[in-house]
Amino acid sequence: MDKVMRMSSEKGVVIFTKSSCCLCYAVQILFRDLRVQPTIHEIDNDPDCREIEKALLRLGCSTAVPAVFVGGKLVGSTNEVTSLHLSGSLVPLIKPYQSILY
Amino acid sequence: MNTTSTHFVPQRRFEIYEPLNQISMWEESFKNNGGMYTPGSIIIPANEKTDSLSEDTSHGAEGTPHKYDQEASTSRHPDKIQRRLAQNREAARKSRLRKKAYVQQLETSRLKLIHLEQELDRARQQGFYVGNGVESSALGFSDNMSSGIVAFEMEYGHWVEEQNRQICELRTVLHGQVSDIELRSLVENAMKHYFQLFRMKSTAAKIDVFYVMSGMWKTSAERFFLWIGGFRPSELLKVLLPHFDPLTDQQLLDVCNLRQSCQQAEDALSQGMEKLQHTLAESVAAGKLGEGSYIPEMTCAMERLEALVSFVNQADHLRHETLQQMHRILTTRQAARGLLALGEYFQRLRALSSSWAAKQREPT
Repeated sequence: MDKVMRMSSEKGVVIFTKSSCCLCYAVQILFRDLRVQPTIHEIDNDPDCREIEKALLRLGCSTAVPAVFVGGKLVGSTNEVTSLHLSGSLVPLIKPYQSILY
Repeated sequence: MNTTSTHFVPQRRFEIYEPLNQISMWEESFKNNGGMYTPGSIIIPANEKTDSLSEDTSHGAEGTPHKYDQEASTSRHPDKIQRRLAQNREAARKSRLRKKAYVQQLETSRLKLIHLEQELDRARQQGFYVGNGVESSALGFSDNMSSGIVAFEMEYGHWVEEQNRQICELRTVLHGQVSDIELRSLVENAMKHYFQLFRMKSTAAKIDVFYVMSGMWKTSAERFFLWIGGFRPSELLKVLLPHFDPLTDQQLLDVCNLRQSCQQAEDALSQGMEKLQHTLAESVAAGKLGEGSYIPEMTCAMERLEALVSFVNQADHLRHETLQQMHRILTTRQAARGLLALGEYFQRLRALSSSWAAKQREPT
């Protein structure tokens, strides 16, 4: 889906969320703790919400939200983010986008 | 008074049902059957279909029916013979049906008894006074436990037994000389055992997420440390760390990084949970004053509760990954010591719960 491709390839860390989703909130907190300012797309406020959901699932995300993209590439949902972070592979991935000031 | 053993012919058919009192029950029902049965004259024709509960596969081996007809009069009156035969067949059929019902009742009661015994054990462990029926009903378990949760508890009982066995084995081998290969397989088994628990919890969470969230299957001291349905991964690392010495510099760095990322993931999940509680509270509190238990935003509240299942799964995923990473960083021997330390830690928590419960029951 064009919209999703466009939104996901924005610079930095992009997260698709829903306003009611508390796991999405947890993922945002994690990135904030890692000194990253992700671009958040709250899809439940978008008229194409269903289409976006389907597109995210088709792209290979285990759950539609939260869907995390880094540098245009899909990282995955909460499971994938957790695994990456604990293995030490998440920080190198987001290093270019971490703010220096904290 | 009829003796018990000679009534049922052939005896083989009923040998799986041992207790004499069962047989005497049948006596009673036979007597109540209007006296259609006389001692020694029960006839069970071999060609009649066996009822489903008869597990006696030797039925087919019986050829002719056994006759124990001792009454002389029937030999001169064929009609009477036929009638007697019919009556006996009928009596036998009814007896089999009653027995079937009785056995099914027994089976159900047996399962219920196992379940109740487990509940009592657990309740005692958790320090509840379990005396007469009044107290145990106050625990509120029985009515609300679905069969899936009962199954989970039984499975968990086995899990703990296996856990204790594995810990014992680890302890023994680590005291002596053991090859790395043997140690590796023990470590693998221990890891798989924990992963199995996470799978069990995932299934249980779909059935009753509050049960899993509250750690209901755990002992009281374990529940004191509860975090989203289980142990805190960061605590786990704290417990294990002293047992890994000596660590190489690389290992030390990796462990420090793991501790930090684990803590960050844990904090993120905790904050997500807080938000969930907050939004659920809002949903429940919304609406006009004076509407009693009516929840205007019921759909919303239910959706929040669904999210709880995801959180439980995420917490277990974090535990899973923490264990996995520890396994990656450590040598086999270090991992074995760590798993022993972890297992013993939980054993001690369980022992603490028992001691505390025992102390509570002491008369003051």
